[in-house]
Amino acid sequence: MVVTNWLNNSIKLLAALSIGISSLTAQAAVLDPDRADMLYHSYEGGGMTIDGPSVMLRKKASESVAITAYYYMDSISSASVDVVSTASPYTEKRHEGQVGVEYLYDKTLMSLNLRQSNEDDYLAQSFSINVSQDTFGDLTNLNLGLSYGDNEIKRNGDDIFEEQSEQYRIRAGINQILTRNLTASFNVEAIADSGYLNNPYRTVRYLDSSIPSGVGYQAEVYPETRNSFAAKLSASYFLPYRAALFFHYRHFNDSWEITASDVEVGYRHPIGDSIELELKVRYYQQTQAEFYSDLFPYRDAQNYMARDKELSDFSDITYGLGITYQLPASVSFGDTRSEASLQWDYIDFQYNNFRDPTADGGIGNEPFYGFSANVIRAFVSVYF
Amino acid sequence: MKTFTLSPRTIALTLKGIALLSIIGLSGCSSMGIEPWVKPYERQNLADPIMRMNRHPSASMHIAHVLEGRESSRGAEGTGGGGCGCN
Repeated sequence: MVVTNWLNNSIKLLAALSIGISSLTAQAAVLDPDRADMLYHSYEGGGMTIDGPSVMLRKKASESVAITAYYYMDSISSASVDVVSTASPYTEKRHEGQVGVEYLYDKTLMSLNLRQSNEDDYLAQSFSINVSQDTFGDLTNLNLGLSYGDNEIKRNGDDIFEEQSEQYRIRAGINQILTRNLTASFNVEAIADSGYLNNPYRTVRYLDSSIPSGVGYQAEVYPETRNSFAAKLSASYFLPYRAALFFHYRHFNDSWEITASDVEVGYRHPIGDSIELELKVRYYQQTQAEFYSDLFPYRDAQNYMARDKELSDFSDITYGLGITYQLPASVSFGDTRSEASLQWDYIDFQYNNFRDPTADGGIGNEPFYGFSANVIRAFVSVYF
Repeated sequence: MKTFTLSPRTIALTLKGIALLSIIGLSGCSSMGIEPWVKPYERQNLADPIMRMNRHPSASMHIAHVLEGRESSRGAEGTGGGGCGCN
C-alpha cells in the first residue's frame, strides 16, 4: 500500500519534472570525461577477510551519450563472532555487474543503470533511473531518482528454502554553489523493503535452564517490511592555498526504530603537481532495532527477534588516509593520463549491547564486543 | 510492535517538499528577483579537480558497500545507489 503510493507519487513527480525541464532553454552542459579504473580492495577485521578486484569503464558514444560498465568481486572468508558461536566458518564469492547509460539533453542528464549481484545463496537484480538538471545560471543542480530491486534468497545445504524480497527507493537532491569557494548539497532518500529480510543463517540466543549450557539458540525472525528515510547535508570548501575541505552529516531513521547519524570531515591537499594527499575522520552511531536483544529470556519470547550485531546499539569511528600520484607521461598509454592511488581506512567498532559469546563472564555477563578493521583500496585510473 | 514509524503522510509531505523545491529551482530563483551571484568566470576554484567529492567513483562505491554491510543506516549517499544485495 505504502509502496504503491510511493510509486504513484514518484511517477507524478517525474512527470512534473520532465514538463518543467522540457520548457527550459539552456546552454548545453557536458558529460564527464572517459575513464577506466582498475581497483583491488581488501577488508580485514572481526574474523572476516574480504578482497577482490573491481573494474569500471566509462566511454562516451557521442557528445550526448555515455556508457558505463562495472564489475566487482568479493572473495569472502568468514569466521566472525556470530558465525564462530553458532555455525561453521565459510568461504564464498560474490560477483556484481552493472551497466549504465547516460543521456545529456541541454542541461538535463538522464541515466539508467542495471545491476546484478550473484552469490551461491543470493541473487539481487535492480535498476535505477536518475534525472538531474542544471538551473539558475548553473548555480543549482537538482536531481531525482528511483530504483527497484528484486532479491532471491536461498540457504546453502537446504534445497527447499527459497525466499524473496524487493526494494523501492526514491531520492532527490539539490547541489548549490554558495560562494566562489563553497558548494553545498542536500540529499534525501526513502527506501521501502518488503519480503524476507532476515539472514537465513543467523540465530538469537535465549536462556534455557533445561540444557547444561544454559543457553539455547533459535532462528531470527524479522518483520517483513522495513521503511527508512535518510537525509544528508554535504559541503565542500576551497581553501586559499589550494586544498579542499569536505563535510558530511547524515541522519537516518526507519520503521524498526533504528535512529542513526554519521558525520565526516575530509581534507585533500595537493603536494607539487603530481601528488594529492587525503585525510578523513568519520563517526557513526545508531540505536538498536526495537526487536533486538542480546539475550532473550526464553524461547519465542517475541514475535520478532534479532541478535544481528548490525541491529544493535553501537558506534564506529573511521580514520582514513589516501594518496594519489599522477603518473608521468612516459608510463601512460599513448595520449592518456593516468593516476595511481592507495587508500587505507581504519575502522573501530564498539557495541553497547552485543556481548561476545565466546568470552568468559557467564551468560549475559560477557564483555561487550568490539573489533577493528583495516580497509585498503589500491587502484589505477586512466583518463582517455 | 510498531511497523510504520514513517507514515504515508510523512512520505507524501516529503514528496510534496521535493516537488516544491523542484518547481522553485526549475522556474529559476530569478522569478523571485534573485540573480545567480557567482558568475561562471568566478568558478575556477570550484572547478578544480581536488574539489570533486566523487573524485574516485569506484573507491566511493567500495566504501559505501563496506559500510552498508556493517551499519543499519542507508540511503542519501548522493551517488546513485542500487542496493547492497548482501546478507
